[in-house]
Amino acid sequence: MLRRVLIASSGVAVLLAAWQLAAAAAAPSLLPGPLPVVRAVGELAVKGLLLRYVVASLFRVTWGYSMALVTAVPIGIALGLSTWAERAFNPFIQLLRPISPLGWIPIAILWFGVGDLSAIFLIFLASFLPLAVASMHAVHNLDETNLRAGRNFGLGRLALVRRVILPAAMPQLLVAMRITLGIAWLVVVAAEMIAVNSGLGFLIVDARNAGNRYDLVIAGMLMIGLIGLLLDSGVRRLERIEMRRRGYGA
Amino acid sequence: MPAAAGVKVSIRGLSMRFPAEAGTVDVLQDLDLDVREGELVCILGPSGCGKSTLLNIVGGFVRPTAGTVTIDGVRVTEPDRRRIFVFQERGVFPWLTVEGNIAFGLHHLPDGERRQRVEHYVALVGLGGFERTYPHALSGGMKQRLEVARALAVNPDVLYLDEPFGALDSITRLQMRGELLRIWQAERKTILFVTHDIDESVQLADRIVIMSARPSTIQRIVEVDLEHPRDLSSRGYIEVRDRIFEEIGLAHKV
Repeated sequence: MLRRVLIASSGVAVLLAAWQLAAAAAAPSLLPGPLPVVRAVGELAVKGLLLRYVVASLFRVTWGYSMALVTAVPIGIALGLSTWAERAFNPFIQLLRPISPLGWIPIAILWFGVGDLSAIFLIFLASFLPLAVASMHAVHNLDETNLRAGRNFGLGRLALVRRVILPAAMPQLLVAMRITLGIAWLVVVAAEMIAVNSGLGFLIVDARNAGNRYDLVIAGMLMIGLIGLLLDSGVRRLERIEMRRRGYGA
Repeated sequence: MPAAAGVKVSIRGLSMRFPAEAGTVDVLQDLDLDVREGELVCILGPSGCGKSTLLNIVGGFVRPTAGTVTIDGVRVTEPDRRRIFVFQERGVFPWLTVEGNIAFGLHHLPDGERRQRVEHYVALVGLGGFERTYPHALSGGMKQRLEVARALAVNPDVLYLDEPFGALDSITRLQMRGELLRIWQAERKTILFVTHDIDESVQLADRIVIMSARPSTIQRIVEVDLEHPRDLSSRGYIEVRDRIFEEIGLAHKV
């Protein structure tokens, strides 16, 4: 454990040193060094902007992502269970899938105007399809034996979903949830650059537009990376609990 | 045809045909069979002869192409909680503990009674001390016992066992047969037991239904008139075994 921490922190130290050297060698306007960036983070914190922007971004992700979660998982499961529903809707889903959520920005602004709702809508879109597709596949991959056992004990359709299908699909669903949360976090930053005037994505464009403050830009990027990392490790922890319970990689 | 008195499961004119690459495959052809209440019947046949298909039809999971299955005079069209199917240990739910698995079919009972039943069946199959264990930490034989306990806990009148001990090592398999007989004698369920193992069928069954190769029909039904526990080296046991070897057309020497 200690060894791992040591290796990881020496990696960070090497990168910081390289950054510092590069910043010293380049023109100050091209690459702010680590110290100005740390100062910029401090400046944002003092002004209260840091907390406000982080909360704004997380707020949008929370709403868009959780709305996608509660709709996409049931719909995906229903599609996975019903052959005709899948035949009817799958081509449509596969057509929408390759469209980047950012391609929806004009439509989002047209429908919801510039503001939170647009950003939330984009995150919802970005999360919905991967979650629905993953739920559908999770149902396809279910062990038929588990389903039969559930039916044998007299479960109706809903009870079967709740007591057999969901728990059986949970390991796969958790992986999809983690990957999708990563996508949602990528998309919120992009959406905030265009559709709203708060949040970490807005911070980045705003810092550039209002006086080329690249120290603030990098500070914003750093925050985005840090929070993304925290979100990912949070869901990963959930995943590990579930996996350990079932004896995978305990 | 009215079922004879004491008949639990009645199979009439049962045929099953599956679609295949070229046309269709007839798996079962015009089967008739009666299983009496409380009887332990082994269905014995070579791999691929359709004995699992037969059991799945009787269990209500698969619809036959022709013919009927009736239990207590009522036609089977879907699975039923009064008749539980035991899969070779793969049927246990990996997301539930031993307790949770056994309680799975007892959802409707009040807490106290449910706990009591779970306790009883944990003890019956010898899983005491493992109540909070998840299946991945159990051996194959323990998982198999767990699945049997989960089935028994809902107090079914019929058990369907599809090569339940096929994946176990030979020592555990022998022990499990003993356990099954003990439980069967204590609870007197009607049991349909699918196997491809001749010795297993002679050790367990009241009657052995020998299936022919595909398209399967019932080739012969052998009564096993031996008391339990059966002496595996007794003359009676060896006679029955030899008869089955002969029936299947296998020389008794390798």
